[in-house]
Amino acid sequence: MTDTAAPAVKTGPRISGAFHRLLAFSGLIALVVAFSLASPNFMQTQNILAILQATSVNGVLAIAATLVIITGGIDLSVGTLMTFCAVIAGVILTYWGLPMPLGILGAILAGTASGLVSGTVIAKLKVPPFIATLGMMLILKGLSLVISGTRPIYFNDTPGFNQIALGSVVGQVFPAVPVPNGVMILFAVALLAAFVLGKTALGRYTFALGSNEEAVRLSGVNVDRWKIGVYAMAGGIVGVAGVLIASRLNSAQPALGQGYELDAIAAVVIGGTSLSGGRGTILGTLIGALIISVLANGLRILSVAQEWQTVVTGCIIILAVYADILRRRTL
Amino acid sequence: MSAEVGSGAPGPLVEMTDIDKSFPGVRALAKARFELLPGEVHALMGENGAGKSTLMKILSGVYSRDGGTVLLNGQPVEITSPRQAQDLGIGIIHQELALMRDLTAAQNIFIGREPRRFGILDEGRLNRDAAAIFASMNLRLDPTFKVETLTIAKQQMVEIAKALSYRSRVLIMDEPTAALNDAEIAELFAIINRLKAEGVGIVYISHKMDEIKRIADRVTIMRDGEYVGTVRAADTPIETIISMMVGRTLSAETLAIPNTAAAPVALEVKNLNRGREIRDVSFSVRRGEILGFAGLMGAGRTEVARAIFGADRRESGEVWVHGKRVGIASPKDAVAAGIGYLSEDRKHFGLAIGLDVRNNIALASLPRFTGPGGVLDEAGMQKEAVAYIRTLAIKTPSDTQEARLLSGGNQQKVVIAKWLLRDCDILIFDEPTRGIDVGAKSEIYKLLNGLAAEGKAIIVISSELPEVLRLSHRIAVMCEGRLTGILPGGASQEEIMRLATLREPAMQVRHAG
Repeated sequence: MTDTAAPAVKTGPRISGAFHRLLAFSGLIALVVAFSLASPNFMQTQNILAILQATSVNGVLAIAATLVIITGGIDLSVGTLMTFCAVIAGVILTYWGLPMPLGILGAILAGTASGLVSGTVIAKLKVPPFIATLGMMLILKGLSLVISGTRPIYFNDTPGFNQIALGSVVGQVFPAVPVPNGVMILFAVALLAAFVLGKTALGRYTFALGSNEEAVRLSGVNVDRWKIGVYAMAGGIVGVAGVLIASRLNSAQPALGQGYELDAIAAVVIGGTSLSGGRGTILGTLIGALIISVLANGLRILSVAQEWQTVVTGCIIILAVYADILRRRTL
Repeated sequence: MSAEVGSGAPGPLVEMTDIDKSFPGVRALAKARFELLPGEVHALMGENGAGKSTLMKILSGVYSRDGGTVLLNGQPVEITSPRQAQDLGIGIIHQELALMRDLTAAQNIFIGREPRRFGILDEGRLNRDAAAIFASMNLRLDPTFKVETLTIAKQQMVEIAKALSYRSRVLIMDEPTAALNDAEIAELFAIINRLKAEGVGIVYISHKMDEIKRIADRVTIMRDGEYVGTVRAADTPIETIISMMVGRTLSAETLAIPNTAAAPVALEVKNLNRGREIRDVSFSVRRGEILGFAGLMGAGRTEVARAIFGADRRESGEVWVHGKRVGIASPKDAVAAGIGYLSEDRKHFGLAIGLDVRNNIALASLPRFTGPGGVLDEAGMQKEAVAYIRTLAIKTPSDTQEARLLSGGNQQKVVIAKWLLRDCDILIFDEPTRGIDVGAKSEIYKLLNGLAAEGKAIIVISSELPEVLRLSHRIAVMCEGRLTGILPGGASQEEIMRLATLREPAMQVRHAG
C-alpha cells in the first residue's frame, strides 16, 4: 500500500496549530508594544512585576480549568472552590493554630477532595459537567460562608503567611528583579501541569477523553477513574490558588470567589484550548492569562475606566475563538 | 448445513449458544449461535440489522447478553467490559472507526497500555513499537502523525494495527475493508493468513461476497437476529449464501426500470469543489429518476449532498434547479428551491425526536400553518399529518405519538413526509435504510420507486451495493472526493468497485489543503 500513499497534506494542521499559538503570543507582544509606546510608565520593572503578580491567581486557576476543558468538560466551581480552600487554610491556621505547612496542605487536600466529588458526580452519576460544577460552585460558596460565619479570617497569627505570595526569594538572590513568590509558584504549577499533560498517562487520557470518550472506553481504559483523576488534580491546583489569594490578602474572604471561574475560562479560551475538548496547551493558557492582565493594567495606566476594560476583554474572547474557527475551517 | 469439526481437531476457541439480546423496542438477537476454531477465518454474514455486530459486541464485552452461554476454550465466561475481553485475548476492529482524532497514530494504538518508565510515558518506545507493527503490515505511515490528518483508509489501517498489537487469540473484524482499496485489502489478507498460521481465530464480518470467497474457511449466516446456518465457504455457491441471508431467492425481485432519458433535468450540479473532500463534481438528475451514489467510506458522497443542500460551505460550483441557477448558501435556500435532504443520522439531523409525529411532519412548513398573531393552526397540521400517515403507511398509534417511539423505518417515513409536505421535488436520501430492519427496507424501496414514478428527482447515497443496484436508474461512483464515473443501472458490482477505488496516481500534485 505504499504506492498509493497520499503525500503532503500532513503538515498543514501542524503549521496552522503553531500559527495559532503564535497568534495569541503575537497578540500579547502587540499589546505590550502598544502600551509601551502609549505610556512610559508601562514598561517599568515595578509595573511588569505587578502584572505578573496580578496574573498569578488567575493563571493558576486557568491551568486547573485547562485540564478539565481538554477532557471536553468544564469546571464552574474553581472560583468558589479557591475561596473554600482559603477558608480551610484559615480554619487550620487561625482557628486551630496549627503550623503553616499544615494549612497549605489542608487547602490543597480540600481542593483535591472537592475535585474528587465533582469528578465522581460527573463520571459515575453521569451529571453533565456544567450542571455538576454549577452545583458545586454554589455548595462551596455556601460552605465557605457557613464555616467562616460570613466573616473574613485573618492570618495575623501566622507570621510569614503573606510572604507565600508577596515575598520574593528570587529578590534575595537578584535584588534587581524581585519576582514575587506567587509568580514563581504560578510557573511551578504550569511546569507541573505541562509535565503531567505531556509525559504521563493521566495527561494522555485527558486528551483522549476530550477527543473521543467512547473510543477510549472501547479500548478497555477505565474511563471513569481517569476522569475523576483529572478533576481531582484540577481541584488540587485550585487549592494552590486558594493559598495564593489568602496570602496576598493575608485573609480568607468568604464572600470572594464567584466570577473568578469566568476569568479563568476566558484565559483558557484565549490561549487556544478548544471548549469541545481534545486540544489545548498550558503555555497557551499562560499567554491567555497574561493577555487579560496586560490589558487590564495597560488600560488602567491609560486611565480607561474599568467598565471599558471589561468590554474589551469580552471582545478579545470572541475574537480569539473566531480565530480558532477560521483555523479549523482551513483544515 | 451445520458445521462438522474434523476429528482430532482442537476444540473450538469460542462457542456462543442461544444468545438473546433486546434493546428497547427491538429484539436484536434470538437464540443466536456462533463457533470459532483456532486458525480459522469464520465469516459472519447477514443483511443490515441481522445482528452480526450485536453478537460480536457481546463477545467483545461492549454489550452484555440477556441470555445464552459463551464458552472460551471450553470454559464458560462472563465478559462484562472491553478491558476484560482484551485480557481474555479477544480483540475487535469496530465498524465505526473508534479512534481519538487529536492523538497520534501511535498514541491511538497503545491507548490504555502506554509504555512507561518511572511513571513517565516512554514516547520513543511508543513510536518505535507502532512503527514495528506498521512495518509488519507493509504499511508506510509515520506513527507521530495525528489521526485527523490521515485519510479514512489510513485510519482504518491504524485500527487494524491497534487490534494486531493486542496479540489476541480471537480477532473480530467488523467490515475492515470498507475504506480500503485492492492493494490494501491484499495486504490485510496477507496479515490474516499469517495470523491464521499462528492459530488465531478470526471472525470476519463483511458484505463483500468476493472477499468471503477469498479469505473465509466457513460462513455463518444470520437473519433477523437468528442463526440460519453454517457452511463451508469453498464449496457453497454465492447464490446459496445470499438466499440464506435474505430467506428467499433474489431474482424474483428485479425491478422494472422506467426509461427516464427524455424527462427534463430537475437538478444539475456543476464543478462543485471543497478542499480535498469534494473535487470538481458535476452531475445531473432528471425528473422521475433515481440516481444512486456509490463509493467507499469517506469517498465524499455525504459531503457532496450536504454542500448541495447548503448544510456545509462550498468553495466553488453551481447548482441549477429546473433549468435555473439557484444560489444556495444555507439549507433554507435549498428547501426554498425544493430540495430536501434526508440525513443518514436521523436522530441527530433528521428528526426532532422529542416532538410528536404531527410536529415533525409540519416542522419544515410551519409558516403555512401560522395564523394571525403567530398562533399555529393545529387542526390544519393534524389534517396534513394524518393524510401522510395514511399515504406513506406510517405505523403509529396517532399523529401525537412521540417520534422517538417509532421504529427506524417509520421514523424515516416521517422525515419523508416532512419534505413532501414542504413541496420538495428533489429528494436526497443519505443511507435511507441504515438501522432499518429487513422488512421495512423493502417498504422504503417501494416508497422511493413510487416517488420517482410521480416525477420526483431522487438521489440515493448508499454504502450497500445491492441497495444501489436495486434502486438506481444510474449510478454515480465517487472515490476520494472525485466523481470517477456514472454507470447505467445494470452495472456490475465489479465495475462499481473498480471506480470506487480509482485513486489518483500517487505523484499527482496535491499542494492544496
